[in-house]
Amino acid sequence: MSFQKIGWVLLASALIATGIACERDTTGSDTGTVQIDGSSTVYPITEAVAEEFLAVQPRVRVPVGVSGTGGGFKRFTKSDTDISNASRPIKTKEAAAAKKNGVEFLELPVAYDGLSIVVHPKNDWANDLTIDELRSIFTEPSQVALWSEVRAGWPATKIKVYMPGADSGTFDYFKEVVAGKEGTIRSGKMFQTSEDDNVLVIGVAGDKGSIGFFGCAYFFENKDKLRAVSVVNPVNGESVLPTSDTIESGSYAPFSRPLFIYVNKKSLDTKPAVADFVDFYLEHSGDLATEVGYVRLPKEVMDRVKKNVAERKTGSHYLDAEGNKRSGPLSEVYN
Amino acid sequence: MSAEVTTFGPDRLSRHGRAASIALRMLKDRGFVVICILAATSSILVLSWLLWSILSSGLTYLDWAFLDDVPSRKPEKAGMGPAIIGSVLVCAVCAFFALPIGVGSAVFLEEYKPTKGKWVKRLHAFVQLNISNLAGVPSIVYGIIGLTVFVEMFGLFGSANDPALAIGSHPFEASDGSSYLEQAWYYFQLPIGRGVLAGALTLMLVILPVVIISAQEALRAVPDSLRHAALGVGATRWQMVSKVSLPAAVPGIMTGSILAMSRAIGEAAPMLVIAGIVFITYTPLHLMDDFTVMPLQIYEWAKKPQEAFHAVAASGIIVLLAVLLGFNALAVFIRNKFHKPLS
Repeated sequence: MSFQKIGWVLLASALIATGIACERDTTGSDTGTVQIDGSSTVYPITEAVAEEFLAVQPRVRVPVGVSGTGGGFKRFTKSDTDISNASRPIKTKEAAAAKKNGVEFLELPVAYDGLSIVVHPKNDWANDLTIDELRSIFTEPSQVALWSEVRAGWPATKIKVYMPGADSGTFDYFKEVVAGKEGTIRSGKMFQTSEDDNVLVIGVAGDKGSIGFFGCAYFFENKDKLRAVSVVNPVNGESVLPTSDTIESGSYAPFSRPLFIYVNKKSLDTKPAVADFVDFYLEHSGDLATEVGYVRLPKEVMDRVKKNVAERKTGSHYLDAEGNKRSGPLSEVYN
Repeated sequence: MSAEVTTFGPDRLSRHGRAASIALRMLKDRGFVVICILAATSSILVLSWLLWSILSSGLTYLDWAFLDDVPSRKPEKAGMGPAIIGSVLVCAVCAFFALPIGVGSAVFLEEYKPTKGKWVKRLHAFVQLNISNLAGVPSIVYGIIGLTVFVEMFGLFGSANDPALAIGSHPFEASDGSSYLEQAWYYFQLPIGRGVLAGALTLMLVILPVVIISAQEALRAVPDSLRHAALGVGATRWQMVSKVSLPAAVPGIMTGSILAMSRAIGEAAPMLVIAGIVFITYTPLHLMDDFTVMPLQIYEWAKKPQEAFHAVAASGIIVLLAVLLGFNALAVFIRNKFHKPLS
């Protein structure tokens, strides 16, 4: 009977798979699992750290998921995971859920992502943009459709916008900076969205009047197809291009955004593998983040992060005692 | 054109009009052939262009190490070993559940079809309609159902980290004095968590309608004369099904089931909801263990900013295509081997 034969083949393949799985290394002192889930923006850094960590501690298991910042927090606040990757600070509601479930956490910034505003390389007029001009392109109730309506003297070319979908942390951050808490980002024929940043790259690279935004890793990899626009810093009026240096120093404001990992305090205290992983992360995140296209944190901030881990300082710096949101540059908020 | 040609037009058509209508019909006939050829070649062209573009970019990173290595941030070191084994395991467990349940449902719906009773007949038709509808439900929906029903089990048994029931785990003292629970290969827990079993059961939901419908078609193709003959010599229903109609339908059932399995191995959406893991360096030790599958791994590589990883994704697609082609070849082989003429 064919059923039997197929049954045996399936059984045999399952056994072989288990057999392969049983060959395990025996060096390194730590054992156990470090469960990580969360943002797909932070994922490349965590992946790189996990890869290097496993070279030192091969007996530890470090599975990393990409459920998104919100999906990751949902699991983290049920103590389903030890570490949650996040491309934005924890929200009041999520922090409340953690409290309800008795989950104490540490909030650790690990790198900067510079949100890059990009245009087609043949666009020779838009060298810099102010926040007000970005507002006129992106937010309601503006009706701007041509570049000439953004700044006098620019050509009457149609604007075409390529941007991440409303579910992404990148969109959230951009919206908060440009539109504020109450404002909304425009939509319509002029606006194309995609969850895949590579699609946005192709979109901007194929249209002379286009403008788009995404994480700097995608700009750094596609410098031959795109041109970044410098953003006028609203504080001192300087126009700044996104580079590793300007993002790290904070002069590329307000579009330098911090990326975080959140660590369950109980896991940190009871699982040596988690504690070693976090130490390893903070030690190497600068170099590894740079390698995968992000920007390292300034040394003072990283020193504060390490101090907070040593002191086991729990809670979010972005929420005050009443659970209200605090905002501002990382170096001011994080202490 | 002579008048001898039989035409179907009304008699009052003139000879000239008849000839013209024949010419038009011939033209339509030839036009139809051209359209058919165009349709066939365009689909083949698109397919070969797709294959060429994937092969040309994917062959760079494709070697034996790629099949065995674990994911890495460096494209030249990245591999899909855990994903391949995860996919094979999940599909094996999925087949283990989906085939008996699917074929059993098909036998019940076909061989035990109600012949009298208005309400029973209506119920049968209603069930049948629902199965056909379920085949069209997007797989992400099954992923969300699987998350609630299998992974969390409605929260009835606590959380996956603190299961209400766990069989096959014992405390293990590590060298540094810390202890953790070591799990045996037969480890089982309730709720079952985000493991291989939850993934397999969710995929089972995705492919069950397809398995049932194809098995029903196969059973329907078995001539009724065979069933009547079996019943006529005094066989019971069970004997008739197990000795006559089911064996005759096996080739069709297997073809349908294996095609359904190749759909299961290519599913990314429900697996993203259930497992969601894309960096994993070990293979599952038991059915509750973490896993990832090939489509998820490919999806993650294709999303990376580095151009080189898009080539790695193409290599992954080649491996997935090879596995799919293997499944389809197996389906053809089984159909030919077990296909016996019924008369």
